[in-house]
Amino acid sequence: MKAILEAKALVKKYGDFTAVNKVSFDIQEGEIFSLLGPNGAGKTTTISMLSTLYIPTGGEATIGGHSITKEPMAVRNLIGVVPQDLALYEDLTARENLSFWGKMYGLSGKTLTTRIDEVLEQIGLTEKAKQRVKTYSGGMKRRVNIGVGLLHRPQLLFMDEPTVGIDPQSRRAILDSVKDLNKQGMTVLYTTHYMEEAAELSDRVGIIDHGELIALGTQAELTKQVGEMETLILHVGENDDPQRLAAGIRTLDGVMKADVTDHTVTIIVPEAEEALAPAVTKANELGIKIHSVDMREPNLEAVFLHLTGRALRD
Amino acid sequence: MRKILLIGLKDLILVIRDKAALTFMLLAPFLLTLGLGAVTGAFGSSSSGISQMKIILVNQDGGQLGRALVDLFQSADLADLVAPALVADPETARAQIDAGDAVAAIIIPAGFTDNIIPANNQAPSGEALQIEVYKNPLSPVSAGVIQSIVEEFISRVETGRVGGQVIVTQMLAAGLITPDQVNAIALEMGQRQANAVDQAPAIALQAAQSGQPQKAFNPMAYMAPGMALMFLMYTVSNGGRSILTEQALGTLPRLLVSPTNGAQVLIGKILGVYVTGVIQMFILIEACSALFGIQWGDSVGILVLVLTAVFAATGWGMLVTSLARTPGQVSSIGTAIMLIFGILGGSFIQVSIMPGWFQVFSKITPNAWGLDGFTILGLGGSLADLGKPLLGLAVMGLVLFAVSIFVFSRRSFAQK
Repeated sequence: MKAILEAKALVKKYGDFTAVNKVSFDIQEGEIFSLLGPNGAGKTTTISMLSTLYIPTGGEATIGGHSITKEPMAVRNLIGVVPQDLALYEDLTARENLSFWGKMYGLSGKTLTTRIDEVLEQIGLTEKAKQRVKTYSGGMKRRVNIGVGLLHRPQLLFMDEPTVGIDPQSRRAILDSVKDLNKQGMTVLYTTHYMEEAAELSDRVGIIDHGELIALGTQAELTKQVGEMETLILHVGENDDPQRLAAGIRTLDGVMKADVTDHTVTIIVPEAEEALAPAVTKANELGIKIHSVDMREPNLEAVFLHLTGRALRD
Repeated sequence: MRKILLIGLKDLILVIRDKAALTFMLLAPFLLTLGLGAVTGAFGSSSSGISQMKIILVNQDGGQLGRALVDLFQSADLADLVAPALVADPETARAQIDAGDAVAAIIIPAGFTDNIIPANNQAPSGEALQIEVYKNPLSPVSAGVIQSIVEEFISRVETGRVGGQVIVTQMLAAGLITPDQVNAIALEMGQRQANAVDQAPAIALQAAQSGQPQKAFNPMAYMAPGMALMFLMYTVSNGGRSILTEQALGTLPRLLVSPTNGAQVLIGKILGVYVTGVIQMFILIEACSALFGIQWGDSVGILVLVLTAVFAATGWGMLVTSLARTPGQVSSIGTAIMLIFGILGGSFIQVSIMPGWFQVFSKITPNAWGLDGFTILGLGGSLADLGKPLLGLAVMGLVLFAVSIFVFSRRSFAQK
């Protein structure tokens, strides 16, 4: 395998604010690479630079050997972009949208017609291809949004949080389609703030926070960073004080970390099952009612928590 | 080039599918033309255009020039356009106008002829006597037409008088006549001039000069292009707005990450706005021809005028878009400009009857230049007569596009 994308110390600044700070990574041909991080971490800005939309303040990147700053047109011919927000003409039908965007990528004639038919089949909208996009459900629009990015068979597909704000069924369909595309040989750069999506899809994951890439590797490599630690998650009532519970739990033996997000206390411990009873006892002592409990083996969420002290939802 | 055309075509399709925009672009100007026609009396007779405008003549002069002006309005040449009535007293005439019985009263003061052509051996009085056109404010267009006829008449008289003075002075300087012959020759020339005015009415002369058949002025031919040009400003600002709308919707950034450069996108968008404006103008022109019987004039002239007027208007649309930050701002500024230009450019009130400063300011609008062009064509002119309006519109468009492109180049549409 060889690298289709190489980013070296990419920087994007807006005045004094640094949105992306010296981000470096590479993507090998045929892999799914995820950028995992909370909202505002710099994922979209990174993709925007790589897709030649934004000019980097510093650093450089190449895609297929072409510089994103010096050869933007060559780069654009190699990539497909599925933006986070829907970017479609709602007064056009799905077929008309695909036709317009296909022509923008240089497709024409029979090749275009064939590709439109294939993509419509792929996104499951052949029957409704002649309806205007504005009549579609949110999930259907998302599928057209993805279809536009696939039309010209890009070598590298950028997917920027494609599952945000859609129903579980559509989400499932999108994740399956990403895996299918990858099986067909397409390289994918996928951004998300859902740990589960990164875990399910990715060959390698880059964890990004506050514009910096704070960890990079396979899931196994990343979870090793938190050792054999497990995660115990306690959900408390709206009227209870989770900070008081977290402070109490930190005094218990074996607790490595206890952090609060909304009404949830996330605890990193060697054995989640063993830590459960003392944690519940502490909650009773403090008069705090626990509504529900989750236990998780070492995962990317725990890695993020370990590295930043915050949950991904923050 | 293909991508530019594709972007323009896509925008045209989107406009056609936008029912609200279509209503504003096509139905609103048509209905306003209809409404203004009714208000101004354009439908007051069985004829489709304004005709048989009631006017009142008060001739207190008794000289040749006063008689010539009365004869002009009573001539067969203007029979279709005006229905004159003679009244002896100026106050009665003004009262009839105030009551809305006629569109204007023309009051020729006593001694008007003698003021311009002094009787034998009499010196000019030195006091300038003026013909008064007392207008009905509810019929501004019709009254404006009457005023234009009177102004043309006075202009011809003035031209003859001044020309005569110059000739006599030069003859004297050249020694062709002696000082004691000056009065007699000047009087002879003045009488000949008065006879010439009497015999060759100004309107008939204008038609003869153009080489075209004489045309009755149809005020609908003024209102319809006025409204079309005003709503053209809506179309171009709405089109410009689509650039910022695409930015907000994410389709513009998506275009900019396809193998399409920024210039292609911008030119494609401008092309879409331009073509939409041209189509709108021709639909309105054809509809007004069919329904109001408007004769727009030389078709080549109309084509070139529309293309140039839409070019200038599109320049305004792009300037507004380049300066605005949100689609909402373009809508607000665009609507304000549409109305201000409509008033300033003569879509509601004929610019020629407004004060001088107003007429100067009106020239910043495509409406004023465009209306000048449509009026020239409506009165029988051809493409060759459109030099000034076409030049004004072309220069306006070029300047506005240059400024817009400069402003566009300094802002990034990629970054939200």
